[in-house]
Amino acid sequence: MTWEAIGWYVIGAFGLFIFLSITVMFLTWIERKFLARIQQRMGPMRVGPHGTLQPIADVIKLITKEDILPSWTDKPIYWLAPLAIFIPAIAIWVTIPFSETLVLQNLDLGLLYIAAISVLSVLGLVMAGWGSANKYSMLGGLRAVGQLISYEIPFIMAILGVAILSQSLSLIDIVNDQSAIANIIVQPLGFLIFLAAGLAELGRTPFDIHHAESEVVGGPFVEYSGAHWAIIQLAEYVNTFAIAALIAILFLGGWSWPSMPFTGITNDFLSLVWFLIKIYAVILLIFWIRGTFPRLRIDQLMSFGWKVLVPVSFINIVFTAIIRFYNLHWSILTVISLISIGIIFYLIYKTPQKSRKKDSIRIISAKDAVNNPPKNYGDINVR
Amino acid sequence: MTSLVFFYLASVIILGGGLTVILSSNIIYAALGLMASLIGVAGIFILSFAPFLALVQILIYGGAIVIVIIFALMLTKLEDFRTLSDHKHWPIALIASLVTLGTIIAAAFYTPTNLVSRRGVDFDKIAHELFSQWAIPFEVASLVLLIALMGGVIMVRKTNSRDDK
Repeated sequence: MTWEAIGWYVIGAFGLFIFLSITVMFLTWIERKFLARIQQRMGPMRVGPHGTLQPIADVIKLITKEDILPSWTDKPIYWLAPLAIFIPAIAIWVTIPFSETLVLQNLDLGLLYIAAISVLSVLGLVMAGWGSANKYSMLGGLRAVGQLISYEIPFIMAILGVAILSQSLSLIDIVNDQSAIANIIVQPLGFLIFLAAGLAELGRTPFDIHHAESEVVGGPFVEYSGAHWAIIQLAEYVNTFAIAALIAILFLGGWSWPSMPFTGITNDFLSLVWFLIKIYAVILLIFWIRGTFPRLRIDQLMSFGWKVLVPVSFINIVFTAIIRFYNLHWSILTVISLISIGIIFYLIYKTPQKSRKKDSIRIISAKDAVNNPPKNYGDINVR
Repeated sequence: MTSLVFFYLASVIILGGGLTVILSSNIIYAALGLMASLIGVAGIFILSFAPFLALVQILIYGGAIVIVIIFALMLTKLEDFRTLSDHKHWPIALIASLVTLGTIIAAAFYTPTNLVSRRGVDFDKIAHELFSQWAIPFEVASLVLLIALMGGVIMVRKTNSRDDK
């Protein structure tokens, strides 16, 4: 590789970085507006028409804010943590394509690259939690490790299901393979697993255990302020955009499904627009889930990850491999997936009843309380 | 020429990380140094045309093993590890590490290197080899992992048996 080629990569990476930063700025605006709609508010309205310039005002505010360094922090770790979160978030984008040619470097091992790099962001959360020397940060960091390591398995397994279907790990090959039929129709189960595991990897509601405001006040990022907090926030939205793009590429057919009846420049432009529409639809779905779902408790989160998602993702892979090996028609896989989804939802609906009975408060009428006073007074007040 | 620059960069990362592991008195720094060192090894793999190995290195060592080590460290008290190097068996450790170092250096100097242009192996070839010729060792390795997993479950079960009711 020559220095000239490296120079072009640097320019490409810089362009990508600018694009992602601007996208993220407006994602924050979209999220605030969308959540406001769900909660019957107006959202930001003051800066610019309908608050469209609000993100710029936010950026200026964050950059000019004082960067506070608490005196007990482990300084090198504290300063490096935002970078350790930010670099993997950007590095993933090296191989995520916007169209067949608009990609920094298409890798043959693209999916493995994404899986490997995205795991590294856990390190940043742990470093932030440890470096802050704060109980809540520490708890948040520990929760982040527990959650992200658990959900990494179904995340990678769902990716693997798609790789088995397309017989490739390159994202462009996967998109081209879906030009006839999108993977969400073939593998609805895989899509649900990837969506759930992706939300958990992002730490978004309902899986935002590690920076739950009402439990650990903001998790690993409690002590951060100013520009460092802005970098962490930037990384989170870049990751959201990446997961949305991955869902669009892996399951919604990217730019090629349904194929468009145009050729040449028109086709390229329209497929790019079509791809972006898909990405933003997924992002709005993620924001919608954030606005309407309550947060899971940490034990529910762990048992959902290990007892539901991990076995289900193995089932998904086994059936996909069987269909692929015997060259059966894809619709069989669709039927199997839909049946498994039905069974899973039935089981999820069925199982909590036991624990619900155990946890609930027994309501006793006054007459019963007098006739048979409860043996265990515990916290029941009987007069 | 450029690959030489990247080789030295990766070497600096590996050696710097390794030195941090040995010299740092703070165990969290040591764990992060280990992380840097292992990621540097992934860089060497890329330079030797083995991108698959590099990614697996990052995924398994960087993403899983070091993170779990740090996770375990955060659950312990840091004061227990103030001094990492005053174990009384240090002469044995010194001899063992010197012998290992000598072996590695000797191996490096006396292995003939043939100067042909090197090519990488496609990952689908690796997969074919792994699941045909090396299928039995591969499965045995997975059994070892399964046994370790079961051992972990049993150990956790024993201490928390009162929670099962």
